[in-house]
Amino acid sequence: MAQQTVLIGKHLEAGAKVVDFHGWDMPLHYGSQIEEHHAVRTDAGMFDVSHMTIVDLTGERTREFLRYLVANDVAKLTTPGKALYTGMLNEAGGVIDDLIVYFMTENFFRLVVNSATREKDLAWINAQAKAFDVTVTERPEFAMIAVQGPNAKAKVATLLSDEQKTAVAGMKPFFGVQAGNLFIATTGYTGEDGYEISLPNGAAADFWQQLLDAGVKPAGLGARDTLRLEAGMNLYGQDMDETVSPLAANMGWTIAWEPSDRNFIGRSALEAQRAAGTFKLVGLVMEQKGVLRHGQKVLVAGGEGEITSGTFSPTLGYSIAMARVPASTGDTAEVDIRGKLVPVQVVKPSFVRMGKKVI
Amino acid sequence: MSTIPQELKYASSHEWVRSEGNGVYTVGITEHAQDLLGDMVFVELPDVGDTVAQGDDVAVAESVKAASDIYAPISGEIIAVNDALNDSPETVNSAPFGDGWMFQIKASDEAELAGLLDAAGYAASIAE
Repeated sequence: MAQQTVLIGKHLEAGAKVVDFHGWDMPLHYGSQIEEHHAVRTDAGMFDVSHMTIVDLTGERTREFLRYLVANDVAKLTTPGKALYTGMLNEAGGVIDDLIVYFMTENFFRLVVNSATREKDLAWINAQAKAFDVTVTERPEFAMIAVQGPNAKAKVATLLSDEQKTAVAGMKPFFGVQAGNLFIATTGYTGEDGYEISLPNGAAADFWQQLLDAGVKPAGLGARDTLRLEAGMNLYGQDMDETVSPLAANMGWTIAWEPSDRNFIGRSALEAQRAAGTFKLVGLVMEQKGVLRHGQKVLVAGGEGEITSGTFSPTLGYSIAMARVPASTGDTAEVDIRGKLVPVQVVKPSFVRMGKKVI
Repeated sequence: MSTIPQELKYASSHEWVRSEGNGVYTVGITEHAQDLLGDMVFVELPDVGDTVAQGDDVAVAESVKAASDIYAPISGEIIAVNDALNDSPETVNSAPFGDGWMFQIKASDEAELAGLLDAAGYAASIAE
């Protein structure tokens, strides 16, 4: 029996096609995932992301613990509310999960981790936390709704109290703030402006309805995937996993090498990988008919790689992909599509941001 | 429950066949099939003049979810294709039994029609 979020009733009410997503009944789309995609790029859409796991870490040594647990350095978090994207690595330098860390107070940091990796994440974090006397508390009592798009913030504002409006006024990207019963973060997985809002389960269905009434379109996992891929954002389990180095997953920027005396899990393995060289994650563009798909082989001069995520880009009108290829890969490659070799362009893995083509 | 028009014949691989008279048959994919595939983004059609045998893969319906082969439900010659799908593949989603048709075949052996499913048979096949 699959788990359901508290919003399942709203999804069914809206005619969602519900699918099993790593043990959760989640909406794939509410009719047309392409229309939902466009709603997010041009106006405002919302996603039920309540299946994601919120984990609160408390204790005097929480910061010290996180500086050891994750590859990015929470020493960068100096302003309360500031968030950091990072990989959590194993000793071999593989990615156990990618997650966001929020600095709440000096003794309290919040993590938001993937749902598919929930159990192993909690087991790993708990095991590592013991030595630091850090308390690990999952927060299943919260639902989470991502409201994304150029008009997302304005539409959310119509639901906020004056006090809440003051709390979010002038928020920069990648911050979170507790405002009344809402934890409002300027984060997202679409490449658009917007919020990810955590709130008590009991308040979620009403809030969702108010967003609907404010003109925010519900969007499902299908649109979420095409939006994140256009934005060049990784999907755990597809673009990287425990066998993949962050250096081979376009996550090099999330590794804080300095200060060099900071020991974090996976550091020595990463240093060896950096010295030896790794594959790299690139973007692929194919303007001719057809769709690049996960698992297709990519042929480059002197080697081959593989598409990790591929899709039709609704914004661009042609297919895009992310692929892991040899470091020597140049500006072009060929993809084996159902037995046919098709030429593609190799670009940086970021295609659309803030509604605009960036390739 | 998806629509399954009574007057059409069906292949278990989700194509429908409509007789236009004179041995000419129009082919498309069912509402159930388009629902499984999701939003259509490209449709690769055969060439007019192609000779096809029953069961040949002759077209590809590419959706947000997957590329799916479309099989010739009967043997014959392709005498028309729905070029409008090049610009509006989403018609396959909105009108699978109408404007979303894919190609027409001039049958070479109309006896093959008897081997296709009727509406009840197709309904039973997708209920399994």
